[in-house]
Amino acid sequence: MEKFTIHTGTAVPLRRSNVDTDQIIPAEYLKRVTRSGFEDGLFVAWRKDPQFVLNQPQYKAASILVAGADFGTGSSREHAVWALQNYGFSAVLSSRFADIFRGNSLKSGLLTVILPEGEIEAIWEQVEKNPATVISVDLVARQVRYEEKILPFEIDDYTRWRLMEGLDEIGLTLQHSAEVADFERKRATFKPVTLTN
Amino acid sequence: MATTLAQKVWEDHVVHRASGEPDLIYIDLHLIHEVTSPQAFDGLRIAGRKVRRPDLTIATEDHNTPTIDIDKPIVDPISKIQVDTLRKNAKDFGIRIHSLGDVEQGIVHVVGPQLGLTQPGMTVVCGDSHTSTHGAFGGLAFGIGTSEVEHVLATQTLPSAKPKMMAVNVEGVLPAGVTSKDIILALIAKIGTGGGQGFIIEYRGSAIRALSMEARMTICNMSIEAGARAGLIAPDETTFNYLKGRDHAPKGADWDAAIAYWKTLKSDDDAHFDLQVDLPADSLAPFVTWGTNPGQGVALNGVVPNPADIKDEAARNSAERALVYMDLKAGTPMKQIKVDTVFLGSCTNGRIEDLRSAAQVLKGAKVSQGVRMLVVPGSARVRLQAEAEGLHEIFLAAGAEWRQAGCSMCLGMNPDQLKPGERCASTSNRNFEGRQGKGGRTHLVSPLVAAATAIRGTLSAPADL
Ligand code: SF4
Repeated sequence: MEKFTIHTGTAVPLRRSNVDTDQIIPAEYLKRVTRSGFEDGLFVAWRKDPQFVLNQPQYKAASILVAGADFGTGSSREHAVWALQNYGFSAVLSSRFADIFRGNSLKSGLLTVILPEGEIEAIWEQVEKNPATVISVDLVARQVRYEEKILPFEIDDYTRWRLMEGLDEIGLTLQHSAEVADFERKRATFKPVTLTN
Repeated sequence: MATTLAQKVWEDHVVHRASGEPDLIYIDLHLIHEVTSPQAFDGLRIAGRKVRRPDLTIATEDHNTPTIDIDKPIVDPISKIQVDTLRKNAKDFGIRIHSLGDVEQGIVHVVGPQLGLTQPGMTVVCGDSHTSTHGAFGGLAFGIGTSEVEHVLATQTLPSAKPKMMAVNVEGVLPAGVTSKDIILALIAKIGTGGGQGFIIEYRGSAIRALSMEARMTICNMSIEAGARAGLIAPDETTFNYLKGRDHAPKGADWDAAIAYWKTLKSDDDAHFDLQVDLPADSLAPFVTWGTNPGQGVALNGVVPNPADIKDEAARNSAERALVYMDLKAGTPMKQIKVDTVFLGSCTNGRIEDLRSAAQVLKGAKVSQGVRMLVVPGSARVRLQAEAEGLHEIFLAAGAEWRQAGCSMCLGMNPDQLKPGERCASTSNRNFEGRQGKGGRTHLVSPLVAAATAIRGTLSAPADL
C-alpha cells in the first residue's frame, strides 16, 4: 500500500445522500476476478446522463470526491472502494459513511474523511464556484484545507499510523507470527481440520 | 466477571491485544466461494505470500453456478472465468474445494455445518455477509470483505474491534404453523434493519431452545439483515446430537473433551447485555414482507401498511418508494397479493427440514396455474437426501421444478432470475430492489408459506388450504 500523508488535488461535488454500494458499482461487475479496471462500472447508471457531475469537463482531473451523508451503504462488496480508486480518487469527504464501506476503504488506502454537514455544503459551493480550487487532505495534521479554511477531522491513531506508514494490515499482523504460532500450539486438538490426508 | 457467550468465545481467540489497537483474533475456519476471493488470492501472489492454514480453509462454488445442465460448461463466459479462477486458486494454494458436480458442493453456509466443520465455540469467517448462519452452533461467525479474506488466508487471524452485546429473548411456545423464519422476520420488523448495528445478537429463551439445529441456522442467518455483526445461540443437546457422527465432528476421546468444553459455552446468569429485546413466542404469527428491505414486514393476516401512518420521515419516504417499486396499495390484505413465482431454497431455507415441511404441504396438491415454483436444495447432499425420501417426486408431481444445488434465485448472479415486474414468494433473505433480477419483486416468506402460496397463487398459509 502507498503511504498516505498529504493528498492535494481538486474535487468533485456529488450532491447526493444515501449513495449505496449498488449505485457505486452494480452486481454485474462483481464477476470480475481482478482488482483493477472497475472504473468503467463506477456510478455507471448515472454516468449515462451527460449532465452527471463526473461527466462535466471542469471536474475531469479531480481526485477528491465530496459526497452527501450515508455514503457507501448496502453490501460489503469491496469492489466499491476499488472502483473509486481505479477511477482516480484518493479521498472521499462526507458527513457520514456506512460502517463496512469505511472499514473497507481504510484497509485499501482510500482515505474517507468525516466533516460536519455544513462544511461539506461549503466545499460544494466553493468547488462549484471555482472547480480549480485546490484542496489538501492532510492525514498528518488531521486537517482538510482549502483557501483560508482549516477543517480538523478525527481518525483513530492506529489507522492513521498504518496509513501514513503505508503498512498493509497483513504486514503488521505478520509481525505477530510468533504469537500466532504460540496460540496454535495451545489450540484444542478436537478442533476440526478440512484436509485429511 | 460475568460474561456473555460471545465474550467467552472472543476471549478464547485473542492472539494479541494492545491498547489503542483492535484485538487480533484467531480464525478456526475460513470458508471461501468464487465471488469475493479472486482478488484476495491475487494479493497473496503479488506479495509472495502463502495460505497459512490450508487445513482450516475450504472452498465451494455456489453464487454463480447454474442449477440445470451442471454437467455442461457454464454458459455465461464471465461466470465461468470466476469459477475457473476459484478452481485454479484452490489448486495453487492447496485448498480443498467442492466443485459443481461434487457430492459435497453447495451453498457455503449449508456445506460447513453439514460436514460437521462448524462447531460450538469456533470462530468462522467467509467473504459473505450471511456467515452469521454458523453462529447457530454457539460460535462467532462474521461476514468479511475481500481485504479481510486475504488477511485470513495469509495469517489465519483478523484484527477486530469488539462489538456490543444484545439479547433477544423468545420465551414461550410458538403457535402452530409459526417457524423460525417468522421469528426472525418479526424481529427485524420490530427493531429495523439498523437495529442490530454494532451488536452481536444472542438468541435466548425457551422457544429458541425448542428449535431444531436447522431452524436455529435460519434465525442466525438473517441476523445481518438486522444490521448485526453476528448472531449466536448457546449450544445444547440439540447441537451435540446434530454434530455427533458427522464427517468432521470429533471422535472418541476428542468427542468427550469437546463436549466438556462445549458445555461451558453459555452466558453467565448475571452477564450484562447492552440491549435486551423481548419477543413473546405466543404473540408471533406467519410473517411476510411487503417492501424492499427485510424490515418492511407484517403478519400474513395483516394488510399493506399506509406510509402516511409512519411517523419517522426517512422510514415513511422509504415505505412510499417501496410501495411504488412493489406495485402495492396501502390497505390491501397481504393474502390478496398474487405471485407468479415461488422460490424455495437459499442458505436461509434450503435445508432438508425446509424441503420436508414444504413437501408435506404440497403432497397431493398442484402448483396453481400460471405460477412457476423452483425448488433448489442448498447442497448436493440435501438434494440426495430429499430424493432418498421421495420429496422430489412430490415437488415434481405438484408441477414444481427440481433443481441442482446453489444460491440460484436468491440473487441475480446466475441464470435463475425474475423478469421485470415478476412477483415472487421467496424463502431467501433479501427483498432489495432487483435482488432476484432487474425489476423483480420479492416477498420473503417461510417454506410453509411458500408451499401454500404456490398452491393458491396468492400469499397464503397452510391453514388457508
Ligand atoms: S443463498 Fe443467497 S444469501 Fe445465501 S450465500 Fe447464496 S447468495 Fe448469499
